[in-house]
Amino acid sequence: MNGPGSTGTAPAAAAPATDPGAALHLRVEDVTYAVAGRPLVDGVTLEARPGESVGIVGPNGSGKTTLLRCVQGVLRPVSGRVLHDGADTARLSVKERARRVAAVPQDSGGGFGLTVRQVVAMGRSPHKRFWEGDTARDAAYVHEALADTGGAALADRPFDELSGGEKQRVLLARALVQRPALLALDEPTNHLDVRHQLDLLTLVRALPATSLLVLHDLNLAAYFCDRLYVLAEGRLVADGTPEEVLTEELLAEVYGVRAEVRVHPATGAPTVVYLPPAAPPTVRRAVPPTAAEGFTTGATEGAR
Amino acid sequence: MSAHPADPPAAPPGFTARAVRAARTGRGTVVFCCLGLVALALSVAPAITIGQAGIAAGDVWRVVAERLGGAESGLSPLREGIVWELRLPRALLAAVCGAGLALCGAVLQSLLRNPLADPFVLGVSSGASTGAVAVVVLGVGGGALSLSAGAFAGAVLSFGLVLLLAHTSGGTTDRVLLSGVAAMQLFSALTSFIVFTSADAEQTRGVLFWLLGSLGTAGWGEVALGAGVLFAVLAVCLCHAPALDAFTFGQEAAAALGVAVRRVRLTLLLATALLTAVLVSSAGAIGFVGLVLPHAARALTGPAHRRLLPVTALVGAVFLVWVDTAARTLLDPRELPVGVATSLVGVPAFVVVLHRGRRATGRVPA
Repeated sequence: MNGPGSTGTAPAAAAPATDPGAALHLRVEDVTYAVAGRPLVDGVTLEARPGESVGIVGPNGSGKTTLLRCVQGVLRPVSGRVLHDGADTARLSVKERARRVAAVPQDSGGGFGLTVRQVVAMGRSPHKRFWEGDTARDAAYVHEALADTGGAALADRPFDELSGGEKQRVLLARALVQRPALLALDEPTNHLDVRHQLDLLTLVRALPATSLLVLHDLNLAAYFCDRLYVLAEGRLVADGTPEEVLTEELLAEVYGVRAEVRVHPATGAPTVVYLPPAAPPTVRRAVPPTAAEGFTTGATEGAR
Repeated sequence: MSAHPADPPAAPPGFTARAVRAARTGRGTVVFCCLGLVALALSVAPAITIGQAGIAAGDVWRVVAERLGGAESGLSPLREGIVWELRLPRALLAAVCGAGLALCGAVLQSLLRNPLADPFVLGVSSGASTGAVAVVVLGVGGGALSLSAGAFAGAVLSFGLVLLLAHTSGGTTDRVLLSGVAAMQLFSALTSFIVFTSADAEQTRGVLFWLLGSLGTAGWGEVALGAGVLFAVLAVCLCHAPALDAFTFGQEAAAALGVAVRRVRLTLLLATALLTAVLVSSAGAIGFVGLVLPHAARALTGPAHRRLLPVTALVGAVFLVWVDTAARTLLDPRELPVGVATSLVGVPAFVVVLHRGRRATGRVPA
C-alpha cells in the first residue's frame, strides 16, 4: 500500500480485489431518529454515489454515529428512508443487508478468546448457506484481507488481547471479507498511529465499494473524502466537496473554534490549522486557598 | 502494514495448509465428540458398579444386553433391578443434567456476553423452587400436581416474568440479565417466605434436599424426557453456533454480520429456559455445572461454538456422572445432595477461572 503523502495527488493505491461493480448508490432521504421524543438525527438527506468516499463530520453529540447506524440498518429511523440503488432497505432481511453493508464499529470489545483468523472469518457468515463450513475460498479471503490491513502477523492471536489499533485493523479486515457494496466506518482511525491512519484510509478509498465514514480529524476527512456532510445537533448544516465545506466561517459557527484553512500545495486538499481562541478566557482558581493554608497563616500570625 | 503487491494474492503462501486446517476443524469436532462419548460410556459403566450392593462391570453390560433383547443376565431380580431401575437411570439422568446445564451455561454466557452467566440466571431455578414449595408445602393443586409439575410451572412463570421485564425495559441483552437477577431474588424470597411461614421441619428438610439437587428419584421417564429435550435444544443451539460467535461481539456487531438479533436471542433464551426447566423439575437446582464447565470446555476446544457446544455438553455429562457417584457413596449410607457436591468441586474451579481471567485480560469482559 502506498502512503498518500508520497504520491502528491489524490491517493490511488492498489485496489484489493473485491467483487467487480460491487458498489451501491446510497441515498438517505429525510431520515429522523429520536429517543424519547428528542431527535438525535433530524431530517438528514445524504447521498453517496457508487465508489465514493463520503465523510460525516461534526462536533461531539451531533448525531454522526446515530446517522451511520441508521444507514447500517441497526437502528430503524422514526421517519425517512434509506435507499440502496433506489430501493428501500427497510424490507431487506438482516442477512441480505449484511451481504451489502459492512460496518467497522467504534466499540471493539468481545471475542471471548476467538483468534483473529476466526474473528475475520465471521465476516463470511452472511454469504453462507445454513450450516455451511469455511471453504478454501473463505480462507483465501481472510488471508487477503488480513494482508491488506496489515494484520497478517496477528492471525493466530486471540482477538481480545490485541491493542486498540490492532483490533481496529482486524475489524476492518472482517468488514472486507464481507465483500460489501457499502462500507460504514465509525471513526476508523481511533486508536491508530499516524501511519496506520493513512494506510487504512488509503485502503478504504481504493476499495470499489462506496464508503461512508464518520471522522473527527478534519484534515484526514478533507484529504480522503470526495464529499463531506457536516452535522450539528442532529441537523445537516453543510455539504459539498471538502473545499466547499471546510471554511473558516463554518468552523467558527459549528465547532466554535478559530482556524485558518489553506489549500496545501502538496496534497491539493484544504488543510485546517487551529488557532488559539481570540480572547483566551482568564484561568481563575475556582478553589479558594485550602483550610490548611489559612490555618498556617493564622497560626503564624497568632504566634507573632 | 507490509507493502503489498498491486495484484491480490490469488494463491497466498501457506494457503493450502490453511484450507486443510479449516477442513480439519470439522473433523476435529467429530474426533472430540467421539472421545467424549467414549469417556461418557467409560464413566457411566463404572459409576453403576460403585455403591452398597457390589455389582461388577460385566453385570452391567449383561443386564443392559438382556433388556435390549439379548441373553438372560443370570443375575438375581434384585440385583438386576438395582442396575436397571436404580443406578442406570440415575447415571443417565446425571449425564443428561450435566450435559444440559453445561450447554445452557455456554449458550447464555455468549448470548448475554457475561462469563458469569449460568442456566439459572434467567430465574428458572428459583421459579422452580417456588413452584415446588407451593405444591409440597402449601398443597397447591390439591395433590393432583407432582413436585416436578409444580417446579416446571414455577420455572415457566418465572421465565415469563423475566421476558416480560426485559421486553418492557428495552429488550437489550443487559436488560435480560438484570431482569433475570430480579426474578431470581423475588422467587428466592418467595420460597423462603413460604418455607418459614408454613413448613414443618420434615417438609422443610425434604424441600431443601430437593432444592439442592437430587438425582435419587431418577426413573426412565425423567431420563427419556430430559434426553429428548436435551437433544432438541442441542440441535437448535448448534444451528445458531455462528450467530453465537457473532453475539460475543455484542448485538450490534451481530446484526452487522447478518444475525437476526431479536429472533435468535428469543429462540435461544426459550430453548435454554425450556431445557433448564425440564432438568430442574426432575433433579432440582444443581448449581455450578452450568457456570464452570463451559469455561473448562473453552480451555479444551477454544471458543468457537460449533465445537464448543457439543464438547461442553459431553464434559458436563461426564462431570456430573462422577460427582453424583461421589455424592451418593462418600457419606454412605447417607447421601449428599448432588448440588452440594458440585459446589464443593465447583467453587475452587470457579476461583481458578476468575484468576485466569484476571491474568489474561485484567478485567472481566463486559
